[in-house]
Amino acid sequence: MKSSSDSLKSLIIGVAGDLFAIPVHVVCDILDLLPVTGVPTARPFVNGLINVRGRVVPLMDLGMKIGLSGATTTPDSRFVVIEQEIDGEETLVALRADKVHEVAEFELVMSEEIPRIGMRCRAEFIRAVGRRQGRFVMVLDLERVFASD
Amino acid sequence: MNILSGDPSDIFRQEADELFVQLETALLDLETAPGDKETIASAFRALHTIKGSGAMFGFEALAKFAHHVETVFDRVRNGDVLVTPALVGVTLEARDHMRRLIDAPGQVSAGSGDAILAHLDRVVSGQENPVCARAASPVERFIPSSPPPPSAKVSPASSGYRVRFTLPTNAFVLGTNPVTMIREMLEMGTGTVRCDASEVPGLDGLDPEQCYLRWELELFTGQSMEAIEDVFLFIRNETQLTIEPFSVAPVPALDLPLEPLRELPVVDSGSASSLPTSSPSPAASAQSGKPPPIESVIKVNSDRINGLMNQVGELVIVQSRLKQIAHSSTEELSVVSLRAVVEEMGRLVSELRETTKGIRMVPIGSLFSRFRRVVRDLSRELGKQVRLDTRGEETELDKTMVESLNDPLVHLIRNAMDHGIESSEARLAAGKSVEGTLLLTATHVGGQVLITVDDDGKGLNLERIRAKAEERGLLAPGAEISDGDLAQLIFHPGFSTAQAVTGISGRGVGMDVVKKSIDALRGSVEVFSQTGEGCRVVLRLPLTLAIIDGLLLKVGEERYIVPLSNVDAIVELADAMVEHSGGDGNHFLFIRDELVPFLHLRDLFAVVGEPPPHEKVVIVVVGKRRVGLVVDQILGDHQTVIKSLSRVHADVKSFSGATILGDGRVALILEIDHLIEFGQHREERLREALHPSGRRVGHEILVR
Repeated sequence: MKSSSDSLKSLIIGVAGDLFAIPVHVVCDILDLLPVTGVPTARPFVNGLINVRGRVVPLMDLGMKIGLSGATTTPDSRFVVIEQEIDGEETLVALRADKVHEVAEFELVMSEEIPRIGMRCRAEFIRAVGRRQGRFVMVLDLERVFASD
Repeated sequence: MNILSGDPSDIFRQEADELFVQLETALLDLETAPGDKETIASAFRALHTIKGSGAMFGFEALAKFAHHVETVFDRVRNGDVLVTPALVGVTLEARDHMRRLIDAPGQVSAGSGDAILAHLDRVVSGQENPVCARAASPVERFIPSSPPPPSAKVSPASSGYRVRFTLPTNAFVLGTNPVTMIREMLEMGTGTVRCDASEVPGLDGLDPEQCYLRWELELFTGQSMEAIEDVFLFIRNETQLTIEPFSVAPVPALDLPLEPLRELPVVDSGSASSLPTSSPSPAASAQSGKPPPIESVIKVNSDRINGLMNQVGELVIVQSRLKQIAHSSTEELSVVSLRAVVEEMGRLVSELRETTKGIRMVPIGSLFSRFRRVVRDLSRELGKQVRLDTRGEETELDKTMVESLNDPLVHLIRNAMDHGIESSEARLAAGKSVEGTLLLTATHVGGQVLITVDDDGKGLNLERIRAKAEERGLLAPGAEISDGDLAQLIFHPGFSTAQAVTGISGRGVGMDVVKKSIDALRGSVEVFSQTGEGCRVVLRLPLTLAIIDGLLLKVGEERYIVPLSNVDAIVELADAMVEHSGGDGNHFLFIRDELVPFLHLRDLFAVVGEPPPHEKVVIVVVGKRRVGLVVDQILGDHQTVIKSLSRVHADVKSFSGATILGDGRVALILEIDHLIEFGQHREERLREALHPSGRRVGHEILVR
């Protein structure tokens, strides 16, 4: 992430009106909506479980976690299953996405300094910002997103 | 015995494993109950089968050796030789020797076996009348391939038996030779043989590998009925066998009808030589030194296999539906039904996967039984009397987990016996029973398996632990630390003395090795010590694959599972039972003359909406503590495959795991321990609030 010419092959998803990029190598699955089992007493942004091919996978409302609005269900909604290390354990986690756009390589325009002003979501979860078809795409810092807090 | 694929000697090795366990268990049982006929018979059968199968698979040295031991046990069975601790001891040695003969036949010196047999003979002759010292004969006399009739001399008081037997039709395929069996019986005494060939079909319908014949023997022998039955040892279950005592005096001049039958082998051995079992290569690999690695084998409950078969059956049906759809004409319809089939297929496949995983579950008893020997040998070595008790042998664990638990548990047992349990004198002085007790327990608790190792020894020496911890810089000198926390320091990697760290044989501390192995299984280990009273080590293992019986409940829109083993009772929530203890509502149920605190799961889980009219209460119990859980509906029992929750939900305490229901949805498993604690806590708070003086409230409510 040294220069602005870096590019990253990513899956671009829409969450709460913004575009986010997830490195493709962590993406395991993109699923249509599945029945969600609520987890009472869990933190609100991870209060669901889904069955992904026989595995019980927690469902994260990414929008809520990073300070945007919670997910809404539309015909375009999908669950994006990623594999992420959490506290030293490889874990499958599903993310609610309002829409899955595409896999793309795009240019990172600002990687060193993430402006805190003008960003709707909490900046600590954003590792870099890129541009795609005239819109900003935020590259998620997944480690931070899933760090136990 | 009808799995004939692969190297036959591998099958023998696996079979021998079980036989050795049977023999060892019987021998250890005999130490405590030396006269038990059943146990003696069990040991004898194991030896007999080891000998027989060993010879069949080409382990000549083993068969020879086993034959000698078997002879001794035959005499034990007949009451000529008594079971003594010395006999059990030397037979255990013999068992270990036989094990080596199978595992690494090339590396066993002949002398070691002879030494054991000589010892065995000394033990036997030590207690017997020197006149009939026939067991002291050299080993070489017993060659199983051409056994001299060991008891050809018929006692004068021989009795007659009528033996009828019909072999299973696949007897030849299984390698059974009826002629040797008949000969074996005739060698017990004298007799006549009749063969019933009426079932033999015409030549066009004849399968040369099938057995169509039946035999009837009139046998006069001094041997017992069991001895005759033993001839059929390998195929006893498949053979229709009747043995009737027969009172007519033996008829002389039996040679005439006998002779033609004795010629039979010519025909038979010709056909038999083409059969796979009757001509095993004499374990060529076994002679060349190291045995080939044995594939691990799991015994599976036939229910599970049946489940698997059912699921495969369903899969076949779904497949044919799929085929039908592919050929159907109306496209619109096919898309709809295709979706249904795809869904069905998905469900089936995930069920199949679960069933297959379930096949790997084995009861932990197989592991526990191994420790009896460890405890026995170690208590001799250390000169301490220690008894091993085990509980919860039926608790199921993943096979791989069971195997990885062996070393840590052996380590804990050694530790407890070496350092925990005192010598007999010290125990007497402390007012304890002479015999120390080790207790191994396994239980399912929520989504975990709990394995505890208890000893009633002197407990941990906390002073020494503190001194050592301070010396090694794990603890600041004079630091405040609770005894419980101090005890856990023995698991610290820096605590162990360096030379003690070896897998099994590590004596002394080396507890960090245990901790490491348990960590590797994603479990935890804790130690609890009562000075002077004993020590308890608790292993908690996650059970990602465990299957429990669960009770399926409904609360709001969600379904939950409660482990059935925790369910004490289910009652309808009727106002009459609720004791209003004042304050903000009802908090106790009056059940079987007892007040039970209860929790509304709807409240706890913040379910919105009105509860249904007929709520149910599930009374759950852990130990002596009970709590009622108010739910909307009971849906029934459910075979629950426990899946642990991910780290994302590490903060969620109310659930121990999750499972996948038949419709593919996830259901959470309630953590009973936590809910009970919550309920009790609430109860205490309530009692305090109501009665600050701390008097017993339950009573007051009752008399109110």
